[in-house]
Amino acid sequence: MATAQELAVRDKKELVSKEEKTIPGRYYVPYSDIYETNEALCVVMEMPGVEKKDLDVALENDVLRVDGRIDFSKYEGMEPVYTEYNVGHYTRSFTLSNKIDQERISAQLDDGVLTLTLPKAKEAQPRRISIG
Amino acid sequence: MALFPDPFDALSSLQQALDTFRTSGWLASGPSGGGSYPPVNVFRKGDDFVVITEVPGIAKSDLEIQVKGNTIRLAGTKSVTYPEKASLHRRERLAGRFDRAVTLPVEVDADGVKAECRDGILALFLPRAQRDTPKSIQIA
Repeated sequence: MATAQELAVRDKKELVSKEEKTIPGRYYVPYSDIYETNEALCVVMEMPGVEKKDLDVALENDVLRVDGRIDFSKYEGMEPVYTEYNVGHYTRSFTLSNKIDQERISAQLDDGVLTLTLPKAKEAQPRRISIG
Repeated sequence: MALFPDPFDALSSLQQALDTFRTSGWLASGPSGGGSYPPVNVFRKGDDFVVITEVPGIAKSDLEIQVKGNTIRLAGTKSVTYPEKASLHRRERLAGRFDRAVTLPVEVDADGVKAECRDGILALFLPRAQRDTPKSIQIA
């Protein structure tokens, strides 16, 4: 692992969506890692500033959608003098290729990092199709 | 006052305000430049200053904050780990060490600095030094 490396700055990735929002404001795409173990698919997303209660995870039609809202009321009464990044809500969705056991999905939020564990469904066996 | 006070509109104006001060000349008088990790936002709150930075995935114990005079040093290590038997599909999160010093163009009361780290956001509350606070002068 490359821990000795200098950490570089990246601009936050703004969401470019095909659908438009009715409310103004920019959304950001959380930097994500996805890895697979024998038992589960894990999605790790960086969403600094998002609290547990403002997080929404949904899995529908094999599309995993994560929405994280930031509480910008904390910025009230603060006047920017110098800024290097912008803030906004986070959203990202993935189309899953694995069959997931929806009942056992677990989520954990630590230090602004969301870890989703999506256990693979037992019955997700390759389906054989015989040519008639 | 709007007929329907819209909280989403407030976000949009905050984003615009943050854009306006994007790399403003405020820090330019000091030796510290932008472009190092972690990116910081500096706010004025009354007489005091607040430095906010995004440090997702960095535990409190891996963060080192020092204040000397009006210079703040933010150092630490960010590590990203995976279980041993995992196949990676996507790898976008970065790991590494960082060390950044920011010199503010205002005097800071080093003893009164407070740091808060929650949900991947580090906030430093920097009270302005007494000798640096503006005083109103009465016209005789």
